[in-house]
Amino acid sequence: MSTVKYSNEHEWIRVEGDIGTIGITQYAQEQLGDVVFVELPQAGRKVAKGEACAVVESVKAASDIYAPVSGEVTEANAALGDAPGDVNAEPTGRGWFFKLRLADKSELDGLMDEAAYAGFVKALA
Amino acid sequence: MVQSFDRSQGRVGVAAAAAPASEATFTGNRGLQIEEPLIFELGQSGRCGVDLPEPPKVKDRLNGLRRTGEIGLPGLSEPQVVQHYTRLSQKNYAIDMGVYSLGSCTMKHNPRLNEKVARLPGIGDLHPLQPVSTVQGALEVIDSLAHWLKTLTGMPAVAMSPAAGAHGEMCGMMAVAAALEAKGERGQRKVVLAPESAHGTNPATAAALGFTVKPIPANERGRVDLLALKAALGPANGSEVAAIMLTNPNTCGLFENDIIEIAQAVHAAGAYFYCDGANFNAIVGRVRPGDLGVDCMHINLHKTFSTPHGGGGPGAGPVVLSAALASHAPYPWIVRDGEGWRIAEEGREIAGTPIGRLKAFHGQMGMFTRALAYIMSHGADGLRQASADAVLSANYVMASLKDVMSPAFDGPCMHEALFDDSFLKDTGVSTLDFAKAMIDEGYHPMTMYFPLVVHGALLIEPTESQAKEDLDLFIAALRSLAERAKGGQSADAFKAAPRFAPRRRLDETLAARKPVLRWRPSNRPPEDDPLKQAAE
Repeated sequence: MSTVKYSNEHEWIRVEGDIGTIGITQYAQEQLGDVVFVELPQAGRKVAKGEACAVVESVKAASDIYAPVSGEVTEANAALGDAPGDVNAEPTGRGWFFKLRLADKSELDGLMDEAAYAGFVKALA
Repeated sequence: MVQSFDRSQGRVGVAAAAAPASEATFTGNRGLQIEEPLIFELGQSGRCGVDLPEPPKVKDRLNGLRRTGEIGLPGLSEPQVVQHYTRLSQKNYAIDMGVYSLGSCTMKHNPRLNEKVARLPGIGDLHPLQPVSTVQGALEVIDSLAHWLKTLTGMPAVAMSPAAGAHGEMCGMMAVAAALEAKGERGQRKVVLAPESAHGTNPATAAALGFTVKPIPANERGRVDLLALKAALGPANGSEVAAIMLTNPNTCGLFENDIIEIAQAVHAAGAYFYCDGANFNAIVGRVRPGDLGVDCMHINLHKTFSTPHGGGGPGAGPVVLSAALASHAPYPWIVRDGEGWRIAEEGREIAGTPIGRLKAFHGQMGMFTRALAYIMSHGADGLRQASADAVLSANYVMASLKDVMSPAFDGPCMHEALFDDSFLKDTGVSTLDFAKAMIDEGYHPMTMYFPLVVHGALLIEPTESQAKEDLDLFIAALRSLAERAKGGQSADAFKAAPRFAPRRRLDETLAARKPVLRWRPSNRPPEDDPLKQAAE
């Protein structure tokens, strides 16, 4: 059973056990436009909640991706190196960025659930 | 015959790119809009623009290393070379052709007087290793410009050698780091604050020097959120902040009204105030950054002081420094003692703890000369008028467009007019489409999607250089585009722009994802051709 949570920086995290998979939301990819490059953290890197740990570059802008929770990176989506367009095509699927082992699951409580995030995005429009 | 030219089909693969097939011409040219191949696609082997004498017979000492293959230089006659580069130059849009509204870049006129002065033999033919006794006038030029820059900014010191704005940022922030080092606080103060609307070079400079960058949000008026800034600064004792890097007027084209309070808060926390001088053109002769509490600021001579941008010459980014940082200025300096000028160098006559040498020699002499020519031909009153005219032009543009486009912030602006894309809402037209349509109207588009804090930003900086009637035509063109976008003209017409440029909409995504950085001859095997690979 997995849970999906959202940050106000437009990242999603899908948690299964103590592993979280992180990517950017549909709204974020629409705002960025065509993604042309993604820089990902190395496996083994420890990241703190809110720390900039990846970069996504589109035809419009380069943006930092922040860790929505603390943890240790276990895997990065190497396929994005050759196919950054996956972020646009399937932001919550093939376009995932990295996985991390959560340091403190209670940090998830500070994130939004799907309904709350939908409301958050609606308020931005 | 040109390699890529086929007598039966015209220039291969070119005509279709520029025009619909039904309108294609045999040559691929459209009137005087000439298709131009690369110089390596022109010419023939064996052809040469000059007759070279037979090389003298010499004993070959290459021991078998003599090149045997072709070196691959194009073979062209002199008229072919002249025509090629003249045609290329005509493809360029330049400040000498019309309104160039690229916001944040200050694309102002480069007076011809600057060029005349820079070409005087006593200036243009100098070598930096000449004996100092033979370059006394040149040293006085550098010192005179330094004096003007210090006077205009109200700062006690200036480092002249940095080669451009970002290099100047590096210089200023290295001085900050050196000052912290001297106080034993370098280890404690690791954070540099930068507003969300900052130029990308600001956080890049801080990060390159090992600082952690923390963004400061803007308030609803497009200025720094003072409360957020004070919170980020933390307590005076134990603050982790080394400096704030702030542009004023900021990248939204707005004056930071709280600037003095910002400077006081930064100093109270024991941090330094780096001002990005990119937008100094808006306030020259009216506001002295030193009076605002600035500790260091670079000055882009190619923006504010009318030296050429980009390919027109090397950059120059002198950095003015406050008394707190002056002792860390990089060498060399120009000093005067007795009747003569000298260059103070490493290892002698250096007080304080300079950060070292940032660049070979003394700076960009050609740019110093042009900037000084600009300053002295305008005089103090002329500089005051230029900054006022730059602000007036931007406000004229904003006021003339605000009913059809959507200003990002209320109230008057400084030197640039910033619009968001809300006027395009529900039209199907994006900021990018709008900008591309400007090309069809004969204008270089404004800066777009910057600053990032404004959605679909369109940033227009007309500068003081344009006559009112030229601005009026520019405004009328933008009004027409905005009305067409909102009046139900099919978004497809915008999506198809530019229609009249030598090339239509280019695939920027493919270019960014699979950049082809090196041209190779077309006769190579396709599996080895990056363009073909990229297209797959």
